[in-house]
Amino acid sequence: MCLAIPMQLTDIDGAQGTVNTGGVSCDVRLDLVETPRVGDYVLVHAGYAIAVLDEDEAAETLALLTEMGVLDNEAPA
Amino acid sequence: MSDPFGPFRDPERLRGLTERLHRLTSERPLTFMHVCGTHENAIGRFGIRSLLPPWLRVIAGPGCPVCVCPPAEIDAAVRLATDHSVILATFGDMLRVPGRISLAQARARGADVRVVRGVHDAVRLAVDHPERQVVMLAVGFETTACTTAAAVLAGPPGNFSMILAHRLIPPAMHALLGLPALRLDGFLLPGHATAVTGTVDYETFATVSGLPASVAGFEPVDILWGLERLATLAVHGEVEVANAYARAVRPAGNLRAQQATDKAFEPMDAAWRGLGVIPASGLALRAPYHKLDALARFGLTLDPDLPECLPGCQCGSVMVGLTEPEVCPLFDKSCTPTSPRGPCMVSQEGTCHSRYVYRERRDA
Repeated sequence: MCLAIPMQLTDIDGAQGTVNTGGVSCDVRLDLVETPRVGDYVLVHAGYAIAVLDEDEAAETLALLTEMGVLDNEAPA
Repeated sequence: MSDPFGPFRDPERLRGLTERLHRLTSERPLTFMHVCGTHENAIGRFGIRSLLPPWLRVIAGPGCPVCVCPPAEIDAAVRLATDHSVILATFGDMLRVPGRISLAQARARGADVRVVRGVHDAVRLAVDHPERQVVMLAVGFETTACTTAAAVLAGPPGNFSMILAHRLIPPAMHALLGLPALRLDGFLLPGHATAVTGTVDYETFATVSGLPASVAGFEPVDILWGLERLATLAVHGEVEVANAYARAVRPAGNLRAQQATDKAFEPMDAAWRGLGVIPASGLALRAPYHKLDALARFGLTLDPDLPECLPGCQCGSVMVGLTEPEVCPLFDKSCTPTSPRGPCMVSQEGTCHSRYVYRERRDA
């Protein structure tokens, strides 16, 4: 029920928008997010965007994982 | 366009995190609980339990809103659909929850029960059918409650009303502390509920319970990263809330969504299947919006004496992490996803459903 799909905003018309993931697009309500912009990735839950995903934070998490050495291991044969 | 979050599904990162988790050592077995049906589904689907070190166990708590929704609310929805001829709209998982009769059975007998993606689609039904009464059976945690609030505040048409069966997660976590048989060492927190609420209530919970917690997302790397951070805290005896889902969860959460929820609803004591009545764990419409209360509109009251589960069903105990699904005498016998006896086997997010569907991978 708390399933939320990251989808990219491709169009905004007031509180209504269009989101797309992998070529599938659908309508989304934007009532619950501050100043969404076309191109943003939003978490879509029950037809509403409930959060704008922060791509810088995503990059930081991945950099931290790399720094911790999670990519250093040889893949087992 | 490439998916910027694809690396969170990367097997190499998953392997590296698994090895890092296995390098940690604990002097005693640790049990972590998550409180999110979407986590249980993802943990099963990605085979996460097969990656854990032998000293670490992850169990499911009351995280499936369909499962925790008590029979009284569902029964009221059935009565509205059958006796009052409303269009009853709700999420698909609610239809087959067994009760006196299920919403699916009511539909088979001619009631107008519609599956909607969310409350906005139910409002649209009311706009499209001005001659009919449309009632939304609104279930879900904080993640979903804010969407219902947005619909309330947008001023739906006069033929629209709702049965509010939303529940709040932190009060249920406090209630779990009162179960002496449940021994926990930490909580994996639901990333999408916390994207809305922020982590403040969970900081309070950590202080009160003395248990560490970490917020996790739903890709396999997110989940393992959340478990690694939680295990590190638990092994070192540190009590804090780590955020392993920073791209979606800010400490203060989504203020706009919180304001919508606060404006439309006020907390009320509410019953949970498996946990009884928990103070301030449900939501009621605030006075300006009472006209949207379907129970008042149609003169219905909730029947608190309906049996929580059919005879033999262990859902109440599965839901609070005290019983593994496989231990239930009905599991994979008279209770399967095609013929569920309890809500935990109905919903995609139910612990029994996830265990049934993904159990081969779990044992791999």
